[in-house]
Formats: sequence, C-alpha cells, structure tokens
Amino acid sequence: MTTATAQRQLPVVMAINEALRQLMQEDPNVFLAGEDVALYGSVFGFSRGLLDEFGPERVVDTPISEAALVGLGVGAAATGLRPIIDIMFMDFMGVAMDQIVNQAAKMRYMFGGKARLPLTIHTMAGAGLNLAAQHSQSLEAWFCHVPGLKVVMASGPYEAKGLIIAAVHDDSPVIVVNNKALLGLAGHVPEEMYEIPLGQAAVVRPGTNFTIIATGRMVQESLAAAEKLLEHGIDAEVIDPRSLVPLDTATLVESVRKTHRALVVHEAVRFGGFGAEIAAQLQELAFDYLDAPVGRVGAPFSPVPFSPALEAHYVPNADRIASEVLRLLGRAG
Amino acid sequence: MTPAPETLLDLHRRMLRIRLFEEEAGRLSEAGRIPGALHLYVGEEAVAAGVAAHLGPGDQVTSTHRGHGHLVAVGGDFRRMFAELFGRATGYCRGKGGSMHIADMDLGMLGANGIVGGGPPIAVGAAFSNKYRKTQNVTACFFGDGASNEGSFHEAANMAGLYRLPLIFVCENNGFGEFTRQDRHQAIRDIADRAAGYGFPGVVVDGMDVIAVYEAAGEAIARARRGEGPTLLECKTYRFYDHVGVRGMGVVYRSDDEVRAWRERDPITLLERRLAELGILDAAGAAAVRDQVQAEVREAVAFAESSPFPDPSALTEDVYAS
Repeated sequence: MTTATAQRQLPVVMAINEALRQLMQEDPNVFLAGEDVALYGSVFGFSRGLLDEFGPERVVDTPISEAALVGLGVGAAATGLRPIIDIMFMDFMGVAMDQIVNQAAKMRYMFGGKARLPLTIHTMAGAGLNLAAQHSQSLEAWFCHVPGLKVVMASGPYEAKGLIIAAVHDDSPVIVVNNKALLGLAGHVPEEMYEIPLGQAAVVRPGTNFTIIATGRMVQESLAAAEKLLEHGIDAEVIDPRSLVPLDTATLVESVRKTHRALVVHEAVRFGGFGAEIAAQLQELAFDYLDAPVGRVGAPFSPVPFSPALEAHYVPNADRIASEVLRLLGRAG
Repeated sequence: MTPAPETLLDLHRRMLRIRLFEEEAGRLSEAGRIPGALHLYVGEEAVAAGVAAHLGPGDQVTSTHRGHGHLVAVGGDFRRMFAELFGRATGYCRGKGGSMHIADMDLGMLGANGIVGGGPPIAVGAAFSNKYRKTQNVTACFFGDGASNEGSFHEAANMAGLYRLPLIFVCENNGFGEFTRQDRHQAIRDIADRAAGYGFPGVVVDGMDVIAVYEAAGEAIARARRGEGPTLLECKTYRFYDHVGVRGMGVVYRSDDEVRAWRERDPITLLERRLAELGILDAAGAAAVRDQVQAEVREAVAFAESSPFPDPSALTEDVYAS
C-alpha cells in the first residue's frame, strides 16, 4: 500500500516549480535567471510564485539576451554561485552557443581542472503545439556531442523534478531539457527532495521480447505503443535513459541481451540524432545478442512545420513506433 | 595629481614584468621552442598595469586572446605561465589551455579567451556574483576594439548597466581587429561613446600613459565598489608586434613608420622618463629592476623547459567535475 503522500499527483509544470523552490530554500547560492521568469513566472508558468518567495535578487528577469544570460551563469558559477539559467525555448540556444559550447563546457578542462562550474541550463524543447520551426526543435544531439556538458531529458513529472535537482546539485554544466507538450502531464511526484542520479536509466515498462529505448516525450508514446504491441503478442520493454550524457549504456545492453531486438525513439530529427549513438553502441556492445538491426524512429529531415496537418506527421507517435517494431520483427504493421 | 612614488614604482614593475615575459615568449616562439599561436601584449602594458594596480583579492578579470599581460599584471607566476606556454604538466592549466586560455582562478583571472567577445558575458556573471554575495569586489573586463562589435559585448553592457553591476569594461583599443584597422571595422572613432547607449559613463584615456590609465581606472573602480555601476574605459593603445606572432614591421596592413611612431610613445619609456624627472628612479635604478625581472624570466623558462609533459592519462581528466 502506498501512502497519501506517495500518491500525490502533480503536472510537470508544478514538479519543476516545486523542485526550484526546494533548491532555493536549500542553498542560498542557488538563483534563477531568465527571460520573464520573475514577475511573469515564466511563459510556461514553472516559476510562478518564486519571485514573491525569494525576491528579485534570486529570481532575476533578464533582457532578451541569451549570450549574456548564459555568460551570467558561467561567471556566477565560476565564482561560487549555483545558477539556474532558463533559456525559454531550446531553439534560442543557438543565440548563446558560444557561451555554452566554448565557455561553459570547456572552462574546467582548459584550466586544468581548476574551475568548477555548477551551472544548470534549463530549457523547453519539442513540437506539437503549432509553434513552427523556430519554437519547436529538439536539439539535444548538438549538446551531447560537446565534451563538458551533461544533458538530461525529462519524460514526466517525476523525472522533471528529480533530474533538475540532480542537475543543480552537480558541479558540472548540465542542460535540462523539458518538453513543452508534457507540461500538463500529471503523475506521481514525491513531496520531498530527491535526485534522479545522472547516468541511470529507468526501465519504465519491463518486457521480455523487444526493447524500446525512448527519450523525453517519446517515452509516453512508447508506453502507448507497448500496449498496442501486446495485441500482437509482443511484450516490449520500454527504457528511458533520462540522461543522455552520461549515458547508462549498461542498462540498455542488459535489456538487449534479454530481448535481442531494439528500437530507439526520439522526437528530434532522425538523421544525425542521438538515436544513432545508442544504435551504434548497442551494435558494438551487444552485437552477438541482436537478432535484427537496431531500428530508429525520429522526425523526418525537415524543419518543424506549422500546419497541424503536417506537424501531426512530423512528431513520432505510438502508431509509428508500434508499426516500426512490427516491421523489425518481419510482421505487417 | 601624481600618484605616490611607491605607486609609480609598482606600475613600472608591473609593466616591466609584462614586457620581459612577453619579449621572452616571443623569442621562444620564433625559435620554435613553444608550440601554438602567441598573441603578444607588448605595447599595451600600461592598460593592464594601470587597471590591475587597483585590484585585490576577491576581484576578477576576464581577458582576451592577448591575455598574458592581464595575468602578469594581477600577479601571475612566471614559472607556471611559461610552463603552460610550453604545454607542460606544471603549467597553470596543466598543459590543457596554453597561451590562449591561460587562467588563474585563485587570482580571479578567469581566463584568456580564444573567442573574440567571449569574456564580457562572463564578466557580467562574475560581477553579478560579487553583488549577489554582497562583497565589495569588482570585475575588470578587458576586451578589444574588435570585440566591441560582437553582440556579446552589447548584451553584456546592457545587462551590466541595467543591474548596475560592479564592473569596469576596459576597451584596449589598439587600432586593429586582428589585421583590420578600426576605421575599416566600425564607423565610430571613440568606442567609449557606446557606453551612453547603456546608461553608464564612457571615458577615453591615453593607453600609453600608465598614470592616466591608473587614475581613470581608479575612479571607475571606486565608482563600481560604491555600487554606482559600470564604466567603459577606452584606452587608446597600440600593439608593437603582429596580431599573432612577433613580426610587427613591414606587414601589409600598417607601415613601419606607423609602428615606429607608436614605439616613440612606449609606455615603459614614458614612465621611466617621468620617474627620472621626479627623482624616483634613475636609469641605473630602472636597469636594476629590469635585470632582476629578467633573471626571474630566465629562471622560469628553465623551470618550464625542464618540467615534464602531461601524462597521456591526463587527456580526458577534468572534462567534468567529480
């Protein structure tokens, strides 16, 4: 039996809010800075109420200046604070790329280990809200390729809270990606502070004869796909890596040894995406256990379209995931 | 008003330390004894010295490609600096940073920077941190005329002005963004004019006159420590050598005559003349300081060259904090 607390349900947006509040209560060196995060409470609503509780020194509205905003985090982290920098939409990270890639990611290494950079960059990714090509991207692969950055993606409220707490506690720069289409998704979230350790995947649905590895919002779609696959007698295991860097390769390999087949699913463009890295690693580390090539589902090689009619085809969904599993098994989808 | 004799001697020593470090680094580079690219600060010593003389423990500096001078000015250790230029394990960055990323976190020197305009946003962060922690510390952000065209500078200046951060923007206007003369890369003459757009004062100073820099920086830094916000201090200066490397004369983008004319206003010579006039330091006294610093340079080079290279096992260390 679970207690009333354990059963408490929160949407993702409130899980983030609670995590930020607890982090700021815990450590006076933690502050939040970003565009519209203070007075307005963020355009997504995740920082509502924080200005009232912590004041404008710790919940800081900034100009629309992503480079200076990330630099604010880099300089503050290097001098002893623990900043949480919000980049409203992941698409805007391009504007701050130098500070993220050339400054934040490399400072510790370039200085021979002398710098400590407990910097968290929080951002919203994902399509599905008809926001078109400049407000809908999933660009996590860009950052996974840069040594020095850790990258985590939340698939629901429990993960959203636990990952951002782990990120802020970490002494390295961590990019925390939430998916805007999931903000209203409710689920069980413990009231107390807890961390999801970076580099520890979760088997969200144990299964016996197929492995689906999915990130972010695609975890929910993959769980739905697993239900459909049951009708075909396929008991799929769904794994959420939760952190892409560091990646819990061991859990993925262990699953493939059991199921002998794997499909990687992400919302980002498939070509050059993070799924290619997972597929390559599985083929390197579990080749003898694989009965079929590792499959990949991702977005087509195009910018995110505006029209709902097109966007519905752009974002992978449970049907596509299920039919790709069936195809890999040599069955009609 | 002339600064006190001990201040003048301190400025002289800081400049000489930069000059002799740099001249030696240039020789070593020409001789192929140190790897990579070297961006020498020679000619611009008055700027780093005049600003750094006002900085102390807890203050920070963000730097540029031409960063050795800033590190020497705040008290950088010659041995660890040369060792870093040689790529040795005993270097400031254990051989991972080199000339373009040399840093000393303990001295608040947050790194030379290989990216033009990379420093100003970080300086905003350091200054924000000083204000947040309610220290009286300030951050000096060195950048060049070329960097003043980068968006990052403008974003940083806007934010620093908005939050009235304890920050001093020090523009080392040496007349060239890499190899492109100022009038070919910006329509304005005084970069200090840009401060008005961000709500804080801009001051132009002769960057070859260390006393002028010292006095102007003193006012700006005092203002920052009082909580009155940033100042943009533009120091008109000149690099005696090339953008990268040591040639300095006979290159297509500037004339030998021009280099010679600026060398007539060598900041160290100018100060030594003044010190002699004031009876504080004569030629023999100046030579003695020079010999002393030169000996220190020689000893540091010997230390660096005899230091081990990093072990290959260090290659992937310190990617993340543990």
